[in-house]
Amino acid sequence: MGYVAVKGGTLAIEESIKRLKYERLKKGTVLECARIEGGMRALIDQVMSEGSLYSETLAAIAIKQAEGSPEEAVFLLKAYRSTLPRKHYSCTVESTDMFVERRISASFKNIPGGQILGAAHDYTLRLIDFALQDETDEGAVRWLNRFESEKSGIDVQGADLDNLPKVLDVLRNEGLLLPCGDNDREPDDVTKESVQFPTSRSQRLQILTGGQTGAVTSLGYAALRSFGALHPTVGELRVGNLPIYVGSLLGEGQAEEDYYYIGDIKVTEAETIFPVTVQKENGRKEIEFGIGYGMCYGQNETKAIAMSILDRCLESGDAGYPVYDEEFVLLHINSVESTGFISHLKLPHYVTFRSELDSVRKTRKGKGTVGEDEGERP
Amino acid sequence: MDYVQEPVLSVRNLNKQYGGGCLNCRGAKADRLIKNFCPVCGTVYACRDVSFQVYAGEILGVVGESGSGKSTLMECLYFDQEVDGGEALISSYKNGEANLFAESSQQKRYIRNHMMGKVYQNAALSLKMDFSALGNIAEKLIAAGSRHVGRMETRGRELLEHVNIPSYRMKERPKNFSGGMQQRVQIAKALSNNPPLLLLDEVTTGLDLSVQASVLDLIKTIQRELGISVVIVSHDLSVIKMLADRTFVMLDGQMIEHGLTDQILEDPQHPFTQQLVQSLL
Amino acid sequence: MRMKYQFAFFDEGSKREIRRATLKAVAIPGYQVPFASREMPIARGWGTGGLQLTLSLVGKDDRLKVIDQGSDESVNAVNIKELIGKTTGIAITEETGEATLIQSRHRIPEIPLHAGQILVLQVPLPEPLRYFEPSEYETKKLHAEQEYSGAWLMLFEQIMKYGHMSTGADHPVLVHKRYVMAPSPIPRFDNSKLNDSEALILLGAGREKKIYAVPPHTEVVSLDFEDFPFVVEPFQGVSCRLCGARGVYMDEVHDEETGETLYQCNDTSYCLQRLNEKRG
Ligand SMILES: Nc1ncnc2c1ncn2[C@@H]1O[C@H](COP(=O)(O)OP(=O)(O)OP(=O)(O)O)[C@@H](O)[C@H]1O
Ligand SMILES: [Mg+2]
Ligand SMILES: [Zn+2]
Repeated sequence: MGYVAVKGGTLAIEESIKRLKYERLKKGTVLECARIEGGMRALIDQVMSEGSLYSETLAAIAIKQAEGSPEEAVFLLKAYRSTLPRKHYSCTVESTDMFVERRISASFKNIPGGQILGAAHDYTLRLIDFALQDETDEGAVRWLNRFESEKSGIDVQGADLDNLPKVLDVLRNEGLLLPCGDNDREPDDVTKESVQFPTSRSQRLQILTGGQTGAVTSLGYAALRSFGALHPTVGELRVGNLPIYVGSLLGEGQAEEDYYYIGDIKVTEAETIFPVTVQKENGRKEIEFGIGYGMCYGQNETKAIAMSILDRCLESGDAGYPVYDEEFVLLHINSVESTGFISHLKLPHYVTFRSELDSVRKTRKGKGTVGEDEGERP
Repeated sequence: MDYVQEPVLSVRNLNKQYGGGCLNCRGAKADRLIKNFCPVCGTVYACRDVSFQVYAGEILGVVGESGSGKSTLMECLYFDQEVDGGEALISSYKNGEANLFAESSQQKRYIRNHMMGKVYQNAALSLKMDFSALGNIAEKLIAAGSRHVGRMETRGRELLEHVNIPSYRMKERPKNFSGGMQQRVQIAKALSNNPPLLLLDEVTTGLDLSVQASVLDLIKTIQRELGISVVIVSHDLSVIKMLADRTFVMLDGQMIEHGLTDQILEDPQHPFTQQLVQSLL
Repeated sequence: MRMKYQFAFFDEGSKREIRRATLKAVAIPGYQVPFASREMPIARGWGTGGLQLTLSLVGKDDRLKVIDQGSDESVNAVNIKELIGKTTGIAITEETGEATLIQSRHRIPEIPLHAGQILVLQVPLPEPLRYFEPSEYETKKLHAEQEYSGAWLMLFEQIMKYGHMSTGADHPVLVHKRYVMAPSPIPRFDNSKLNDSEALILLGAGREKKIYAVPPHTEVVSLDFEDFPFVVEPFQGVSCRLCGARGVYMDEVHDEETGETLYQCNDTSYCLQRLNEKRG
């Protein structure tokens, strides 16, 4: 019998994974996926948006498996997504077809169709509600019944919720928005073809919408606060359900009636307005409005607004600030990429470090220069 | 002087504009511009039909007021800017038969690395501010094919000494240098590969008089020793007077006068040149 | 909701796309081919580029070996083996000579590879010019124009500062006299194994979304200067404390009691094989 390799690695890993399961179960309670779907709406929306995969069920399982870590849950969803064959592209959606649940504008008080506050944390007092400790399923049902009966009393005054006009059309009709025709070019699919710089707008929007919520927010904030000097106004923020259709499987050139309705997705859409100076004839300058666009799966309002700011920055592409640099923004906001690369530092680097050590030792023995530049990596 | 030989560089009808132009200014409607500027669309016609030749071993001066297009011209010749029209030929490349502006970017880089050197008005455009002064010179040498550290270091030290950079600062980054020092490192870098053609844009601007004199001296010496051709741009006529054999004068993107430097200084024809020469006296 | 993963994790369309990029990489040695890198069930930076190559290539008859920094048993190797094992059921081996497909992080095995084998290297940073020029758009142009002064300049600067080239692992190489390439952070000791290799060598960078290749019998030269030749990590007068091998890449082991520095083969399966041979 010969020598055999020490199976230390495999064994240690098995134990570590067991330990992880223990941590998840050690209080002797199990979190049901249905309860995650019921009570963790915001986390589910965040995970679906960063995971670029719309499925509340899968998101709930991922959150359970990840013990609530969004970074880990997004990772699970994205990896799962890689195994899915892509059979269809959906038809273009128009956000005017959205069944609106919430819709606000910061630019006009009276907007056609009216402001609809819907469900939002914005207006709550951020005081911990200790009563939640004693909440029961029965209590919840009682509250729901009461809510339903009150609601049927209120008439939603004639508002046609799945056909609300866009606030920006008001500005567009006045000629105050920079004109833009419909761009009917097929979007570039960033999951099929790797991104090359300079990017197209469709590529930018896809990467931004899948960005890590915190990263998108922080970069958008930087552009707003000082490194970009932008002063946007939220033209319209809407949250609601969008119907999704796919074309017939039989080929091209079909009429709209032949589209298949495959379900609704909840999205947040933000359109922000930025004053832009335009050079006119004879050296005259005018201010017009440019827009930034953000759309995310689920109710992710801060992210959608921040995305619209970054969209604006990357569209204008002024150098000078990093948030206007598409490589800087787009290559660093993906959660799986950033967390992955940072966490790989935990992997053994014995060989590489040994090699580095050799260089450092040589420097010590050698004739490194004196009194000159610090030893940075050139 | 007698120039019977073939020119080292000849430029024909070089055009460069900043901006797309409009109905008012497109075509040759020079009369509708204010100087080189279209008041309707804001397009700047920085170089308009500039043609000239440079002969072996001569120094050609370019003068003109600020904004007349001198730097733009040099940037076009060094491929920093795309031209909008015209051609340039150099005798050492494809027998002087290929329009350099139409070559591939790879070829342009080759021409730049092997056949030209340039000193920019703004040092940040040519120096790697985070690499050592010696490294900056090595960059040009490496690009031209050198793979010998010892020889590159020797050459670098020699050139930097020439431009009065003390040897104990040669391994420092130009970022830490004064403006004049950066300018001198640039000159050393441009000269490093013995280019047959040297383009100098306001080399002495920002230097004190003694350094200025030694830089001018250096240029003169190198040009004489190596027999290279130089195009030197300056709005300072005294620099031109000291160095240039021939000179041309630019105004609003156009060449308005050219000839032997002495001739232009003694007997300027164009009112603008007359005014320029006046101010020198 | 109950779902099953397919053979080698990916759907066939994805595998085809990755193989297309790989073919292009083989056709242009040393050129970084962009590809639509997928998110994988192991973290970015943990070998997702190599893993995607392996999964796109693996067939039912393959025998796979996975190494992490020289060891078949290191965490990264164990993870990857488990994933590939789970989704393919193929045979896993530790013997270099037996494997048809070898995925490795930062080492090329000591036992010479033979024709027909494929070595997949995991790459964290595929761009050899990245520290010289941060922008991807610019470095792409530099490669297109074969403008590599920056690569040599970085080495020149090290010599100016320290008196010698101070690269650790990942010392850049020139492939087929055309492209400057990052060999992935293999020690300098392994660079020569890239040259004129019998086996096909593929390099995959998942996070940076690049695939590149060194096909068999390609010339690969480490960048250096006439008067500052490329040198590898020295192991003169050192032998493995376990198998006695010399002239291979060694790990340093510190004896806590005596304070002595001892050496042992970094390539654990090589060491083991030698031990077994000695036993007869
Ligand atoms: N990037 C640019 N965009 C727009 N206009 C430009 C640009 N660069 C230069 N110009 C314009 O082109 C004209 C020529 O500029 P250039 O820098 O060539 O002048 P110059 O003769 O070198 O002046 P100076 O003596 O001040 O250096 C100027 O009117 C300038 O405003
Ligand atoms: Mg100028
Ligand atoms: Zn005009």
